[in-house]
Amino acid sequence: MTSVTGVVAALGLGLILFFLLFPTLIVVPMSVGTASHIEFPPRGITLRWYIEYFHDPDWMAATWFSLRVAIATTFSATLVGTLAAIALVRGRLPGKEFLQAFTLAPLVVPHIVIAVALYLTFAPLGLTGNLTGFVIAHTMLAVPYVVVTVSAALQRFDPALELAALNCGATRIQAFFYIVLPNILPGVAAGAVFAFLASFDEATVAFFISGIEGKTITRKMFEDIDFNLTPVIAAVSTVLTVLSLILMGMIEIARRRSGYGGPRR
Amino acid sequence: MWTALQRRFRDGSSSPREYGTAMSLGLVAPLLLLLLIAFVYPVGRLLWNSIFAPDATLVHYGRIIEEPLYLLVLWRTLEIAFVVTVLAFLLGYPVAYAMARMSGRRAMLVAACVLVPLWTSALVRSYAWIVILQRNGIVNDLLEEAGLIETPLRLLYTKGAVILAMTHVLLPFMILPIYSILRNIPDELAKAARNLGASAPQAFLRITLPLSLPGAAAGTLMTFILALGFYITPALVGGPRTLMMSTLMAQQTTELLDWPFAGALSAVLLASTLLLVVLYRRALSFNKGFKIG
Amino acid sequence: MHGASVSLRELGKSYGPVPAVERLAIDIRPGEFLSLLGPSGSGKTTLLMMVAGFERPDTGAIWIGDRNITQVAPNRRDIGMVFQRYALFPHMTVAENVAFPLRMRGFPKTRISQSVAEALSLVQLEGLEKRLPAQLSGGQQQRVAVARALVFEPAVLLMDEPLGALDKKLREQMQIEIKRLQQSLGITVIYVTHDQEEALTMSDRIAVLRDGYLEQVGSPADLYDAPATAFVADFIGKMNFLDGICRKLGADCLEVDLGRSGTIILPQQPVASAPPLQQGQRVRLAVRPERMKLDRHDDRKISGVIEAVIFAGASHTFLIRLAGGEIIHVQTQATHGGSLPQEGDRIGFVIPDDAVHVFPQAEC
Repeated sequence: MTSVTGVVAALGLGLILFFLLFPTLIVVPMSVGTASHIEFPPRGITLRWYIEYFHDPDWMAATWFSLRVAIATTFSATLVGTLAAIALVRGRLPGKEFLQAFTLAPLVVPHIVIAVALYLTFAPLGLTGNLTGFVIAHTMLAVPYVVVTVSAALQRFDPALELAALNCGATRIQAFFYIVLPNILPGVAAGAVFAFLASFDEATVAFFISGIEGKTITRKMFEDIDFNLTPVIAAVSTVLTVLSLILMGMIEIARRRSGYGGPRR
Repeated sequence: MWTALQRRFRDGSSSPREYGTAMSLGLVAPLLLLLLIAFVYPVGRLLWNSIFAPDATLVHYGRIIEEPLYLLVLWRTLEIAFVVTVLAFLLGYPVAYAMARMSGRRAMLVAACVLVPLWTSALVRSYAWIVILQRNGIVNDLLEEAGLIETPLRLLYTKGAVILAMTHVLLPFMILPIYSILRNIPDELAKAARNLGASAPQAFLRITLPLSLPGAAAGTLMTFILALGFYITPALVGGPRTLMMSTLMAQQTTELLDWPFAGALSAVLLASTLLLVVLYRRALSFNKGFKIG
Repeated sequence: MHGASVSLRELGKSYGPVPAVERLAIDIRPGEFLSLLGPSGSGKTTLLMMVAGFERPDTGAIWIGDRNITQVAPNRRDIGMVFQRYALFPHMTVAENVAFPLRMRGFPKTRISQSVAEALSLVQLEGLEKRLPAQLSGGQQQRVAVARALVFEPAVLLMDEPLGALDKKLREQMQIEIKRLQQSLGITVIYVTHDQEEALTMSDRIAVLRDGYLEQVGSPADLYDAPATAFVADFIGKMNFLDGICRKLGADCLEVDLGRSGTIILPQQPVASAPPLQQGQRVRLAVRPERMKLDRHDDRKISGVIEAVIFAGASHTFLIRLAGGEIIHVQTQATHGGSLPQEGDRIGFVIPDDAVHVFPQAEC
């Protein structure tokens, strides 16, 4: 009896896992199919769609724009988020609980509301379709991830180490750079990767504040899915997926090794 | 996630050494400034517009209820979010349970099946559903080849498609909170129940399930909140035929430029989200009475 | 309630290629307190889990009284169990925890509340019925676990290192209480521990396990005075070991060459050497520190230099380095008056013949 229920349970679990994984990874075989419309399973294998992607000036422009936005966002979000996390964890702040909740608010407010609101405010200021507007918007969206990971790292940091540094004659600034920062660095690095992906994969806000010129890869995908559904999109999707998996996999491996945590959801 | 973060913060405030107020304020100032410019002001302005553009009026809110189309969208949004949440719970709980109880390679495999979708862009995954469900997509191809249908079925741009795709996209957000609670329930408890005379289903229903309720509540509310305001998937898979709150908002702003009405819709979305966040935190504080492990 | 016999018959269990328990057989008498003693990984917890029904043995059978329970589901075994970290249900009050096994058995409400009250008074926890486990001290949690395991009057109680989480003082107090409870109820107890002192204090018999094998089973005195293997000798109490080679093997005489430390002559076939010893075989001698006597005359065959003297209230322990480099502990009753040997003194010692255990070296 147990073996029958065991088989049924394993089968059910397998089906659910298939449901999780199949639509996630199906873009990979589709991106190498030879037919010019999407077919599955592909009849032949070709890299044609990747070549088309890399030779299409529109796709390349969108890709570079996304990369510039994501890299600038990574820097600003990591800096702003790390500073804030230090104060939120270790500082004496009035209304600390409120500030902590407030910092995380962009995570809970539906992105469509934020997107429409940013469009309304940024359009008249000329902040749509350019780097500045995107970096401001994406930094705001990405910063909670940095705050979370750096806070987690700071929680584990023993303040006695900092006292010891001061006792050894270090100034506060020295103690921070020589003692605190090296210890929370894995958390900061993880936060930076999250920030990069939060920007690079972001689609909703990007859909609204992109312009004819400044257009992210996600906005370009959105348009092409609506108007010409070619396997190039599958190739782009595969590139996006592989990039995400590599970066998140790195974080996961680092987390397992150092046990630093990261934003467990 | 929300309350876990809160807890992290709170624990930290008890550290023996604190930075002074002035310095701390200096450190959070850039973040607060950023949030004011890019979050509070734009969202505030959108909401303000819904009431005071040009004069104080609730007419835009009235339209949501009065016009049958909009009421239908509101109803459909709630319905889809509800069905997605229920489906995600039914599919997610067993996965979370398996993840928490397995060990070694199997656990890694299940975890990978959950984390890989989580880490993959929602846009890519919604696109995959288009490919699966479209007229000459995978499902129709298979059905035709099997001789079950003669003409392709219209699967895309239906409520069912939105529900299916959104369940897929949001499933990891259901699984992970349940998993994190289940993982902290020692296996010994179910064993103790079995030793004391409970059958396997009894041990699950009386011990494991009640203890995992905070995680189930967290996952359910998280999924429901995300489903209410989700844009990408309904936009791609639902299309204009299956409008939800989010896609209606997009239509109102990009095509009709009706900002006050978009503001009113935002207010409704925000209010319901806020209400659910409060419930969510209540649900998580439900386990304060006892300590697991 | 009264105890039942437990019979473990040729039990075997392996995880993949690694055997956790190997062909293990023990018969436990009704009302007996049997400890499973061994280092971690010795298979004692696996054994307990098999008795409780959480692990299925690959071979062999488990009998309780005249009932073969090998294939019985854990919830139908009627065996009480106290888990390592108690496994109290955190969402239930003390009373609900204790009532749980009775509710599972469908007892009527009045009967349940009566039994719960009795069980709680048995462990002296009256008045804490409404508390949640998190609101109890470690010792109180332990008592709840015991009450919950006893409330349905099982004939056998399993305890998996139940006192491991308590501090030393509380642990000693609980040892006495558990022992008294066991004796007054007449229940059979199988008690897993890695603490040999605890096992010696509480048990009627101790089964020593090592790498899944049963090394020896016997009363605490048996194990202490007549260890069957060097492992048991080392695991129970303090023991000096000396490695050497069998030289002369007369009719009733054995000479062991200890290399540079000298030789020891044993007049008769010594204790515990089941297979007969061979000439030239490597052996390990074991002697308890308190069985050795110091001898000021250093013309003895074996002597050494005192490295340290440790005073421990009732006794002195001398650490003596032999010529071959081995350190020997000799424990004497603390004497008042008279001069004690000092550090650096050269000293001989006497080993009573019946105090020496000889083990063949291969198994060490």
